[in-house]
This record gives sequence, structure tokens and C-alpha cells, in this order.
Amino acid sequence: MYELLYDIFGSEIIAMIIAACMPLFLFILPFALIAVLLERKVSAHMQDRLGPMRVGYHGILQTIADILKLIQKEDIVADTTDKKLFNMAPVLVFAGSYAVFAAIPFSGAFIGSAADVGIFFIIAVSSIVVAGILMAGWASNNKYSLLGAMRSAAQIISYEIPTALVVLSIVMLTGTLSLNTMSIQQTAYFWNWNLFGGAADGFVQLLLLPFTVVAFVIFYISSLAEVNRTPFDIPEAESELVAGYHTEYSGMKFAMFFLAEYANMFAVSAIAVAIFLGGYQSPLGYLGNTIGVEWLIPYEQLFWFTVKGVGLVLVQIWLRWTLPRLRVDQLMTVCWKYLIPYAFVNLIIIGLISLI
Amino acid sequence: MAIKTEEMVLNMGPQHPSTHGVLRLELELEGEIIKNVKPHIGYLHRCFEKHAEAMTYPQVVPYTDRMDYVASMYNNFGYAVTVEKLLGIEVPERVEYIRVIMGELQRIASHMVALGTYGLDLGAFTPFLYLFIDREKILNLFEMTCGARLLYNYIWVGGVSHDLHPDFLRLTKEFIDYYRPHIAELNELLSYNKIFIERTANVGVMPLDTAINYGMTGPNLRASGLKFDLRKDEPYSIYDRFDFDVPVGEGKMGTVGDCWDRYFVRVLELEQSLKILEQAIEQIPEGDVQSAIPKRIKPPAGTVYGRVEAPRGELGYFIISDGSVNPFRMKVRAPSFVSLSIMGELCKGHLVSDVVAILGSIDIVLGEVDR
Repeated sequence: MYELLYDIFGSEIIAMIIAACMPLFLFILPFALIAVLLERKVSAHMQDRLGPMRVGYHGILQTIADILKLIQKEDIVADTTDKKLFNMAPVLVFAGSYAVFAAIPFSGAFIGSAADVGIFFIIAVSSIVVAGILMAGWASNNKYSLLGAMRSAAQIISYEIPTALVVLSIVMLTGTLSLNTMSIQQTAYFWNWNLFGGAADGFVQLLLLPFTVVAFVIFYISSLAEVNRTPFDIPEAESELVAGYHTEYSGMKFAMFFLAEYANMFAVSAIAVAIFLGGYQSPLGYLGNTIGVEWLIPYEQLFWFTVKGVGLVLVQIWLRWTLPRLRVDQLMTVCWKYLIPYAFVNLIIIGLISLI
Repeated sequence: MAIKTEEMVLNMGPQHPSTHGVLRLELELEGEIIKNVKPHIGYLHRCFEKHAEAMTYPQVVPYTDRMDYVASMYNNFGYAVTVEKLLGIEVPERVEYIRVIMGELQRIASHMVALGTYGLDLGAFTPFLYLFIDREKILNLFEMTCGARLLYNYIWVGGVSHDLHPDFLRLTKEFIDYYRPHIAELNELLSYNKIFIERTANVGVMPLDTAINYGMTGPNLRASGLKFDLRKDEPYSIYDRFDFDVPVGEGKMGTVGDCWDRYFVRVLELEQSLKILEQAIEQIPEGDVQSAIPKRIKPPAGTVYGRVEAPRGELGYFIISDGSVNPFRMKVRAPSFVSLSIMGELCKGHLVSDVVAILGSIDIVLGEVDR
């Protein structure tokens, strides 16, 4: 991406700035707009209602109207808040989830940064979110916010461990930390996806198959917890803590949290796709190859990546509107008593198998 | 140097999504563990009992609607039964059947709200809306009968305000057949959900002796294992003619008297209410519904206590009459008010999330708590 822009503008700085803004304007904002509407519509139809219907055909412009409303709203900052931290927190939370998009390979040609340590970078940078949430909870000077922030910090930090262990096992299997390389390795058809044992030889792949599936399940569960989605949405459990760490926020600052949440939803899905579901590779082969139009392939890859990512986001939405939420101690039990030991054993077994 | 620590006092309410109205709970927390709970009530106090002293007996009926506004029909029912007891009048057969049909429909509607909001408290949004779709059908039946959907003023002393709509019985029958499979759906979606069980089983356990000491009634008491239902044990109206069971808590998922039991007793009661409805629709005779309504209610001096099994427990009216057209004194035993008193006992040692689970499981309506 950056190289392409550098060729066009001939200036490093302009190319860099544009490359940095690209995912925001080309992907995150449109995605958030669509995802919010999607969530409302999907949940509505799951619950036998219609959802937003007034703004535009079947309410398709509802989120735009909501954003206009949020922009116009008064930005309320209570007297007793710690103003510096209070103003910084939403930015930090958003920055954390935004930075993740830098290393996500949307397609062979559209990658913010094809860093060799992509997955490592993502795990590291997404931890910034915790600091932002803690800041928001503390600075709000509100007991509900504080409780929500403490829960959130505990939850996100705990669930990073099973995530990291699972990612480690896949890294061992593929021998790379680069998400792009991982995607390239899972090329051709869907049985080469890491979910199905990766691109190993027939026998080894069969041996690996059950363990990579377990790895995927563990990864998906802990990613749900990392983005605070039901059944792990206790940091913002609206029936207990009103709105958790963003209780005191209004207007655009609230919108930042909201945007970060939806950006995060896609980010974790995208990581799951890149690691387990073949990344941007088509499961069926490329139209571009068949009809011999080379330039079509990156767009097809982008299409497949988005489809897979949105598919996982839909699963998140589906879960959210079906399940109740866990209690804070049960949440920790799931993580420390079940996910981490399983992830660890899984890591060892995958390690042993990949020695064969 | 010892670090100075203090307990955090968290005011839950009066504006809080899960206090089911305007209740304020003062929680003393140590971390997230509850040390003490003090419910503060009175935000919805409307002086019903004092008002009643200035009203004639029929004028009180609309006020009773506003106590337990989720089960208004049953409040009317209880009041009518009590005043009739004071007057010593008999009401026509048809009126008795209409009252039972309305009462049981109201019980189903009320339990739907209780179960749905309970799911909502625990984060399950969808069952709530499923239940409300079905509740809507009951409200349509009520609207068809008396024109109102929430506060009915339907059951009067000595009769009911309108006779049934000609289609009412057919539609009620259709509703029964339509609704029965939905109970199984609710069980699949919520009752037997693993996470739901984790959240409610063994939480807020109410042993039978504690329940009795606190004066719990209704589903809350039955969930603790005592088969006590006024419809069976002290039949009023014509409840002795129907064949139905009284479900009790069995501790199927945890301990007897835990939140899951209290929830599930209500689910089982839905089934029993449908059973009563079916029988009542079969047996209902023709007749005049207003023939027994007295022109002027002027009971003899004396006291009366009438009680009925409202959806939330024993609803009692205590009336002192001085022989005039106004009650001299009226006191209501509101089941929600009594149930709320056990909050502190149940919550101690649990987590903040459990407060929501426990409060939802004892199913209070603030209109009735504060009156």
C-alpha cells in the first residue's frame, strides 16, 4: 500500500499519512456504519420485530442519522472528572483498536504494513485498549465506571493469555509471525486452512485437524471476551453497571468508544480469519485466474476477506442476542480453569506433531 | 503502616435499569462482594390507603389497578372478593367464571413480564421480546373485553363492568393452543441454558424457614418447597372446582429455593394457569353479569380481611367499615413489599451481579411496594 502511494505522490510523508488514514476512511467507518445497522436489523429479525424502519428504505440510513445526532450532542464533562484522562481515554481506546488494522492483510495488495512480526504487533498494541478503559473508568469518578473498568481490565488481561497461547501454536505450525505469510501458506482450497490442520502433508494434517479446531474454538471464545461481547460483556453489563466504563461519556466521545467497539469486533474476526480461515485466500479458487485477468485477484481477495470477517461478526451478533451473560467470577473460571489449560495442552501437542 | 481501607457504598437506583422501577438499593461493597443491602422505597408512594378512606367502595376499584400495575386484574379481583365478603353477597356464576378467566390470563401475562425481565437482567434480551409478543395477545383479549390494556377497572364489587365479547371465548381458546408450545420454547431458550443455570442455580438460596419467617408468599414461597397456594388451601371464588397442580421448587439445578427454582416455579405456573383456563372456558354458563352489583354499597360496621393468590403472592385487603359509604380504614398486604424485605438476607456475601439476579427472581413491582 505504502509503496504504491509512494510511487504516486513521490513524497514519503504524504504517502505515509494517506496510508495511515486509509483503513479508517475506507474500512473502519463504513464497516461501523454497516455493522451497527446490521446488528440492529439482525437482532430485530431474531426477535420478531422490524428494527429501524424510518430513515431511508428499511432504515438503511439510521446509523448516519445517529452519527449526526451524536455530533450535535453536548459534550458533557462532569465537574468531578479528571479532565485530562477523561478526554484522553476514548482516543486511546480508539487508537488501540485502530492500530490493529495496520497489520491486517486485507488482500495480497492491501496491507497497511506487511510487518514480519504482524501478529506479535497486534497482540502488543491491542493491550493499549486496557489502559484506555482503565483511564476512562478512573477519570469518570463514577462507581459504576470504576467497577466496569476494573472488570474490563481483569477480563482483557486474562483472556490475552489463551489467545497468545493459541496464536503461538499456530505460529509454531506455520513458522512465521507475519499474517501475510500465514495467509499465503493457506492458499489454494479450504482444506489448506489452518483450521483444518494447515498446509501439511496428508497424514500430519489429519493428526493436526482436531487440535487446530480446538485452537480455533479457544481463540474465538477468548476473542469474544477481549472485545467485551456477550456472553462476556460484563464490563458494560447494562443491567448491572448501567454502561460500565463509558457511563459518563456523551456525544462524540461516546461515539469513539462505540466506534472502537465495532472496529474491535471486526479486528478480532479479521485476525481469526487470517490465522485460521485462510486469510484473504479464496476457498474455491479465483475467477481472475480462470478468465486470465490478473488485476482482479487482489479485489477478489479483499472480497473473500471481508466476507469471512463479516461472517464471524455475524456469529458474534448471533451469540449476543441469544445468550445471557456470565458473572465476573465465572468468567475468570472459564479463562483460568478451562481455556488456559486446554490451550496449553493443545500447544504442546501441536508442537510435538509438527516435529514429525 | 496499615493501609486504610473502607467499604464502597454503591447506590443502585432509583434510576437504574435493573431495579424494576424506582427502587434504591444501598449496597455496601467490599470489592464486588456485598456486605450489606438496604432497600430504600417510597419513590412511588401515592397514599392509596389514605385515599381510599375518602372514596366510596366502588370508587376504590380504579385505585387498586395502580398498585401492581403488571397484574391489575388480580388487584380488582382481590378487592371485589373482600368487599363482597364484607357485604355478604353472592355473585352470579358467570361472573365468577369471568373473574377466574381474567385472573388466570392476568397471571400468565404477569409471569411473562417477570420471566422476560429476569432474562433481561441476566443479559438475555431475546426471550424478553418473545414473551412480550405473547403477552400482547393477552392484552388484546383484555382490551376487547373492557377497552383498557393496563389498568382495567374491570372487576367490580358484585360483578364485572362489561360482559364478554362474543368472540372472547373462542379467541382465548385459540390463545391457549397457540401459547402452550411457546412454554417449551422458553425452556429451550432460557430455562435450560447453561449460562442461565450458572447464573441462577445456588444463588440467593432461600431456605424454607427463612422464607416463612420473612412472610414470603406466592411463587417465592413455593420455590422454597412449601405447597401453599390460596387457590387450593383456602379457595375463594370458584377455584375449588378446577383441577390443577401447585408446582413447588425441587432444587433441580441446585439447592431448593435458589433463583432458578423461583424462576422455574413461575414457568410451571404458566402451564397450570392454562389448565385452569381450559376448564373454565368449558364450564362457563350464560347469565347476567351485572345483576348482583349493589346500587349503593353501605356495608355494616365491622372488619374484614380478604386474601387472594395474586401472581406475586398473597394479596390481602384489610378493611374496617364504620357503616358509612366510605371505608374507615384500608390496609393492603402487598406481596412485593413483603418479598422485598428479604433482599438483605439473600444478598449477603454474593457479588454485585447476583443482586440483579436475586432482585429479579423475587419479582417485585414497585407500584405495589410503595402503593
